Amino acid sequence: MDVAVIGAAMTPFGERAAWLDELLSTAALDCLADAGASTGAVDHLYVSNMASGEFEGTTGVMNALAADIGVTPAYTQRVGQTSASGGAGLYAAWQSIASGASELTLLVGGEKMTHRTTGEASDIIASLTHPVEYSHGVTLPSFAGLVARRYMDRFDVPRESLAEVAVKNHANATANPDAQFRKAIDTDDVLSSPVVADPLRLYDYCPVTDGAGALLFCPAAVAEQYTDRYVRLSGVAGGTDTHVVHERAEPTWMGAVAESGRQAFEMAGCEPSDIDVAELHDMVTLLEPLQLEALGFADRGTGWQWAPEGRTTRDGSLPVNTSGGLKARGHPLGATGIAQAVEIYRQLLGEAGGRQVTARRGLTCNVGGFGNCVTTAVLEVDG
Amino acid sequence: MTDFAAHECENGHLTYPAHTRCPACGRPQTGRIDLSDRQAEVVTWTTVMASPTGVREPNTVVIVEFTVDDRTVRAIGSTTAGVSIGDTVRPVHVEQLRDPSAAIRVADRQSWSGYRFEPVD
Repeated sequence: MDVAVIGAAMTPFGERAAWLDELLSTAALDCLADAGASTGAVDHLYVSNMASGEFEGTTGVMNALAADIGVTPAYTQRVGQTSASGGAGLYAAWQSIASGASELTLLVGGEKMTHRTTGEASDIIASLTHPVEYSHGVTLPSFAGLVARRYMDRFDVPRESLAEVAVKNHANATANPDAQFRKAIDTDDVLSSPVVADPLRLYDYCPVTDGAGALLFCPAAVAEQYTDRYVRLSGVAGGTDTHVVHERAEPTWMGAVAESGRQAFEMAGCEPSDIDVAELHDMVTLLEPLQLEALGFADRGTGWQWAPEGRTTRDGSLPVNTSGGLKARGHPLGATGIAQAVEIYRQLLGEAGGRQVTARRGLTCNVGGFGNCVTTAVLEVDG
Repeated sequence: MTDFAAHECENGHLTYPAHTRCPACGRPQTGRIDLSDRQAEVVTWTTVMASPTGVREPNTVVIVEFTVDDRTVRAIGSTTAGVSIGDTVRPVHVEQLRDPSAAIRVADRQSWSGYRFEPVD
């Protein structure tokens, strides 16, 4: 059964006074309004979230949201797959519709993080690591530093090329009213910012963010009963890599990205060259070129060339992270995979405002851990 | 003293850390090869300047590769000094790698002692 996305919404990302429950309900109701659907029609409600228990001391967020917005007695489920929870939510929502179990599925994802210090937030996220990693204080930014040095050494990559990813994504975010950072930067800003994990610096990394996003799904055959503005979720698949990062044969190769991408392309019946716009998981600048390579857009060891050559800017051959990406739109863990799809939905429907590109097929890639678990999705419009 | 060993399955595959089943072939791991008295080569390194609570700062971390007969096995750990790719290092036992009382992970959940890597002249 073909699955349609008939509504999309997100809260502004950044430092928000609201707690998670309010962020989720705001995104949920805005999404239903976007599709012209009522709360009473929702059969399934999925809530993507990594760590509300650790961040806020609040669990059971799916039940709380269902009751708060009036979708009871709909089936509810929390979807947790660390920072890929949003992408995993896309997969769960697709399964619910494609299986025939639900006629209308609401997916909402969010995280409230900024009330924690950076050290506390970093430790909560690092709790996904193996004990042999955690005991040495290894964090997700640490993996990025280790792999960046390996990538630069192995493929003779200039440090400036990674900075160009941050510059491009910040430029995109200046045209996104929901982005956390709407400030243009240059390579000097990146290369003079404080070191986080050598050779990577503060402006290579995404910020700590509060925010939520939502998507509404139904069978494509009935989408026009709700709206004539909809997209099809034509491909979605997930993959998993090792838990312990050093066990990968080559740490610069994102195996779960490659596997989820291969399956998503196969399901959608298309190839990388058919994609017009992509939202990639740039938790750190390094990950954008690594995903370009693993998804088959770029040859191995050449992904770093794409940002400096302008191939991923809005007027390039493959615009990447038109929203500003995790780097500048922000990265509220459970919301990110959904916010990526919100951006593609808006791009495909011509509703992306000042950052609009020409596109009929788009891709999202949402990464958990340091490539540990990944969901890739292909969305498209007819014509 | 904390164990620092590669774990070997019936088919001779090595891993560090141990797994309930060998990731390469699914067989049980029955062998154990001590790594604490061996040398390794630095594959890559980083110095972290923004550590989580209870972790030293700066914190240099490496991925290293041990050669065991004709096989290799990698490990991750912090170092006692600065290193470069290709350097030879050896494990040095440290009683407490980070402060468990400041960690989100429950203290009894895992070991907090282990091995840092020291450059070999």
